[in-house]
Amino acid sequence: MATDILMPALSPTMEQGKLAKWLKKEGDRIKSGDVLAEIETDKATMEVEAVDEGVLAKILVGDGTENVAVNTPIGVIAAEGEDVSARSGQPNGAEAKGVAPNVEPASETGSGTGSGGGQAKGEVPAGGGAPATVPAIPKAPSAAGSPPQPETTAAPEIPEGTEMVTMTVREALRDAMAEEMRRDKDVFVMGEEVAEYQGAYKVTQGLLQEFGPKRVIDTPITEHGFTGLGVGAALAGLKPIVEFMTWNFAMQAIDQIINSAAKTLYMSGGQMGAPIVFRGPNGAAARVAAQHSHDYAAWYSNVPGLKVVMPYTASDAKGLLKAAIRDPNPIIFLENEILYGQSMPVPKLDDFVLPIGKARIHRTGKDVTIVSFGIGMTYALKAAEELAKEGIEAEVIDLRTIRPMDVETVIRSVQKTNRCVAVEEGFPQSGVTAEIGMRIMEEAFDYLDAPVARITGKDVPMPYAANLEKLALPNVGEVVQAAKAVLYR
Amino acid sequence: MAVAARKQSRAASNATEAEGQGELPELNKDQELEAYRLMLLIRRFEEKAGQMYGMGLIGGFCHLYIGQEAVVVGMQMAAKEGDQVITGYRDHGHMLACGMDARGVMAELTGRRGGYSKGKGGSMHMFSKEKHFYGGHGIVGAQVSLGTGLGFANWYREDGRVSLTYFGDGAANQGQVYESFNMAELWKLPVVYVIENNRYAMGTSVSRASAQTDFSKRGVSFNIPGEQVDGMDVRAVYAAGRRAIDFARSGQGPYILEMQTYRYRGHSMSDPAKYRSKDEVSRMREEHDPIEMVRRRLIERHKIGEDELKTLDGRVREIVNDAAEFATHDPEPDVSELWTDVLREA
Repeated sequence: MATDILMPALSPTMEQGKLAKWLKKEGDRIKSGDVLAEIETDKATMEVEAVDEGVLAKILVGDGTENVAVNTPIGVIAAEGEDVSARSGQPNGAEAKGVAPNVEPASETGSGTGSGGGQAKGEVPAGGGAPATVPAIPKAPSAAGSPPQPETTAAPEIPEGTEMVTMTVREALRDAMAEEMRRDKDVFVMGEEVAEYQGAYKVTQGLLQEFGPKRVIDTPITEHGFTGLGVGAALAGLKPIVEFMTWNFAMQAIDQIINSAAKTLYMSGGQMGAPIVFRGPNGAAARVAAQHSHDYAAWYSNVPGLKVVMPYTASDAKGLLKAAIRDPNPIIFLENEILYGQSMPVPKLDDFVLPIGKARIHRTGKDVTIVSFGIGMTYALKAAEELAKEGIEAEVIDLRTIRPMDVETVIRSVQKTNRCVAVEEGFPQSGVTAEIGMRIMEEAFDYLDAPVARITGKDVPMPYAANLEKLALPNVGEVVQAAKAVLYR
Repeated sequence: MAVAARKQSRAASNATEAEGQGELPELNKDQELEAYRLMLLIRRFEEKAGQMYGMGLIGGFCHLYIGQEAVVVGMQMAAKEGDQVITGYRDHGHMLACGMDARGVMAELTGRRGGYSKGKGGSMHMFSKEKHFYGGHGIVGAQVSLGTGLGFANWYREDGRVSLTYFGDGAANQGQVYESFNMAELWKLPVVYVIENNRYAMGTSVSRASAQTDFSKRGVSFNIPGEQVDGMDVRAVYAAGRRAIDFARSGQGPYILEMQTYRYRGHSMSDPAKYRSKDEVSRMREEHDPIEMVRRRLIERHKIGEDELKTLDGRVREIVNDAAEFATHDPEPDVSELWTDVLREA
């Protein structure tokens, strides 16, 4: 019986990739473990390894094909002499999707043990706990869907007529670091796999080649130690960028972030501060479970002496990271793995720096204010689109910075709409949305026509199972429902 | 406490002083006088701080350095201008040895506006950029990673400075110490780790807390050379300090000095020190006092008269009394200071 070889996922968040080239041709005999093809994404390349035995009967997706969706059949392995001429390149949804990934060793009979005929092997980022061998997995949860292309209001910081170039959030972050490193020799980047590996999530791609090993430093796996080292270097006047492979690992180092970086300026009566940026992916990615999915926005935003930045768009990622590197204070810069690969317009300017502490009205509306930040914006913007279909005009505010929080922009909007829904992926208790609700009550209580509503991650550790993970995260429907509730509709 | 400087692991190649059992390089008269003056200043300052704590003028925690004076004084004599110093919370002696003003330190202890941190840091959190003193840290062991970062900055800038990173026998069991050792040796950072082994981590003796009580060996698995040093004898400290600092400055990487020392007072002012006998303390004071040892040498070997020492004592007391007077009458910080120094203007 013929078995499809499926386009494998390199990481839990990968949705598509390029089939770079086939290493076997039609008619070749295949044994399990043979390398069949090479695939590429913007952050890694890897080999597709055969799990089944037989003959490569048909190639369905040719060399150099871009944007091949995960789980698309790319070839067929058949038994010797079997006729597969009926097979086309169309994905066979019923067979190819939602099946258990084949992680068992290939059986000796050559009959497929599942429909995943290929297994990925190669340069899978170690971050996020991605295993070295990643079988094809079901599609990532809702947030990982195709990036929304909302009607956005022009960012006030970008001069009219500026040429925009499309790039991924990942590239925007890399460019921000590269530009600041060119500008100031005291800026350096350190962390696990930032140099030779080019970044666990490829955010530091190319920096080692341009700036050399003294300014792009691979550290041992030693978060507490290298964070303290970075803070010490900052006290001495250097401007470190410390990358955490994920913010989950920064909990090992949180004492140095809070007690040493955030408090020294105050404790020294203003003599000595730490100009340092801590950055890396934060919050849930996809299917990495409780220890790799924590959103720390609320934690760090609780601490005086820190600034906490959490961008959503590529343009904000670039402009705010540049500002963070120049800022003389310790900055917590919370990125998101799912957003890394999303492409968005970024202004083509020589030196695009955004102010920290300013929210942005991402979409204007008069009926209800939806406030969010980071990946929470994906739910907020999609909800606004849904609401628009029903004639409800939502104003969507992207906080961009959690601390200091631009409450003024939120209040002005609430004074206009009289209703507010706050959205975040973090936990509800003492969350950022709890703070937003409180600040609105303090400063705009009389303008409210309904209690402020919040949509957050559920109050449970992040589960692994796909269905439960989806339930644990906010979704667009919840935001739509909350908006209608505050509108009494 | 008859511990002579003992070398192990890799030997420092450029050690010139005589070393080994018994024989210690002698300090010249001026060096002995300076060591004496500084140690006495620290002793008298700490005694006064203890007194003022008892009077309620100093609040919170107050960890006195009495007994350990030879360590920081000997090390500072071996250091060069520009070398950084960072330590834990038992930091008053380090600040005075770095040349920080006694008034500013005492006024910080009393929480007054003239204190080094404008009264906002207190006993455990003082800094002086001018004197290259990087604190004063209240979290046990945190200063080891920070001090390694100071060494990193020196390495990055290639400015020839050395980071003198002090911590105690208690901090030596913290995980980040070893994370720091690994990176310091991996990148050959100019750091001298000075472990002040005063035998007690608060109330827990070294033997009850440490599987390896020879702290000079704590860098062995990272190939960091280490020595045990008689930290009560300023000559031994100075000689070892020079070897270690020269080693680090020459680009060969970090070096560990275990200073075998003793604190006469409790862990903090509120510690009755019931975990050790009165005899143990008085034996140390009578037989190994670092200041008394120098005093004897000044009289016997350098023929300094009692009168001259008395004059010196008087001058030290004047500095301390003046600092106490200042710290008692200096006003508290202006209430507006509550809100300053949280963030720097971007």
